[in-house]
Amino acid sequence: MQLKTANGDVAKLAARGEAPTRGLSDVLVRDTSVAYAFIAPAFFLLLFLVGYPFVLSVWFSLSDARVGETGSFVGVDNFRRLLSSGIFQQTLQNSMVFTAAALTAKTVFGMALALLLFRVARFKRVIRGAVLLPFIVPTALSTLVWWWMFEPLYSVVNWTLKALHVVNRDIPWLSDPYLAMFAVILVNTWRGLPFFAITLLAGLVAIPRELYEAAESDGAGPVGRFWYVTVPLLQPVLAVVILFSTIFTLADFNIVYVLTRGGPMNMTHLFATYSFALGLQSGQIGQGAAVSLFLFPILLGVVFFQLRLVRKAATYE
Amino acid sequence: MSSPARWPRRIRPLFTLYLPVTPFVFFALFPLYFMLVTSLKKNAELYNVAAAPFVIRQGVTFGHYELLSKDTLFWSWFVNSLLVSVAATVISVVLGILAAYSLARLRFLGANSFGVAIFITYLVPPSLLFLPLSTVVNRLGLSDSLWALIVTYPTFLVPFCTWLLMGYFRTVPKEIEECAMLDGCNRFQTLVRILLPVAVPGVICAALFAFTLSWNEFLYSLVFVSPAELKTMTVGVFSELIRGDIYYWGELMAGACLGSLPIVIAYVFFLDYYVSGLTAGAVK
Repeated sequence: MQLKTANGDVAKLAARGEAPTRGLSDVLVRDTSVAYAFIAPAFFLLLFLVGYPFVLSVWFSLSDARVGETGSFVGVDNFRRLLSSGIFQQTLQNSMVFTAAALTAKTVFGMALALLLFRVARFKRVIRGAVLLPFIVPTALSTLVWWWMFEPLYSVVNWTLKALHVVNRDIPWLSDPYLAMFAVILVNTWRGLPFFAITLLAGLVAIPRELYEAAESDGAGPVGRFWYVTVPLLQPVLAVVILFSTIFTLADFNIVYVLTRGGPMNMTHLFATYSFALGLQSGQIGQGAAVSLFLFPILLGVVFFQLRLVRKAATYE
Repeated sequence: MSSPARWPRRIRPLFTLYLPVTPFVFFALFPLYFMLVTSLKKNAELYNVAAAPFVIRQGVTFGHYELLSKDTLFWSWFVNSLLVSVAATVISVVLGILAAYSLARLRFLGANSFGVAIFITYLVPPSLLFLPLSTVVNRLGLSDSLWALIVTYPTFLVPFCTWLLMGYFRTVPKEIEECAMLDGCNRFQTLVRILLPVAVPGVICAALFAFTLSWNEFLYSLVFVSPAELKTMTVGVFSELIRGDIYYWGELMAGACLGSLPIVIAYVFFLDYYVSGLTAGAVK
């Protein structure tokens, strides 16, 4: 139907002849006002509900605001106090360990899974669909089942390990600080792996087959082809996926809040959960805002590198 | 792939491909399977330390689902989630279409900066802004109502929809629209009558993702809405079904299953849209 419309229009256009040149500057002038009218709703929404809150957040972080009080300007006091606080130092360390470990796991296993999925021919849709499922299901709800799986008394993980005689006592998954960190990393990996695998798979599909054939005729084995063809050509996709995931892994709230609430002994607090605990549970909005603002420089870094990658890709085209 | 086959060609992939894929599929699906099994198991078997937790031996029960329906506000939360998600999705897709169209098709002063601004907000995680946003929501008089969520969810959905649709619109040839414009259509008519019918898959994809992200949202809902009967599903199941130190695991898992169901159903029908939406951000 669209095609018919298009053809009809072409016919009319040919008959009219002079039409394209007549209104060109006219159209461009009208374009500008149309463009502003079109972006206005999105622009004002983001201005009032992202831009303004951001400014507010900076103000909070420089003030001693509490719930229900505006507070007064205190300079960088909040940041100074945070940096010397043991819990915040722990939160910083947790965030680094959590993000580094989860990202490494997701990259390595995501890559392995993408390479496997690429070759899967039978049951392709079923297998891809199954593997992607953890990413789609509500995280707050799926984390509940992980909590149940790590439950002290009825843990299915412990039951299995004991049945296989790997251990002979219950492992305190969520009450031991190191195991709790392992658990939140595991759940984050479980949820984020599909994003890595499916996106890397899309990158793999886009690599021209001829390059592999050329590498093979040059005597490259499977490992050689992976290192000298797959990895370099997948690099842009890999970079985007890792950058994207860095910010969302670092800013994770749901998994930690549901599974451990930052405990035991603040050993799994991340910026988001600690900011929540300070800002909402103990009402120190200034301190809470300062904690969450620590995410901002990292966000800026990610944006900077992402934009550079996008521009680089654009100039190659 | 074409290296000399030591095993017969038909058996080889079993070992080199399907066997290594199995642990990944198991890892992905086991928690979800366990969620379902727990929700259907009688308490006597659920809390029997000796019984194998993977299977149901003493018969299936729908008791947990019944309790969930009768004794909790589950269906209110379900309806709340539905209302919020549909409203936020409609708003975000409409705003996204308009913004994406001007970014993809129109030249105007500040187009680049607006594009970058959209990209930055697309990457802003909700956990960065929930504290000041709760103040804004309070001042607007929206806290403790579903409007708080309908208004704030578009802050992360609009950038996503705009980004996705902008990419999609750029793949549609301009020529069809130019013809329509020369024929007397204005920009808005061209967008609605010419571009959108061609771009239906992109719009479906944006709407599906917007709906999924709204349905799954947890932090804003937890912070902005506190009355139990106004909670959305994710927060209701988490915060209302756990009372003190007593966990009703059967009901919790039943809630988690029912709460995931709409998304899983949409997913089964629109798998390809999900895949393309997921990779749209990273792969051009």
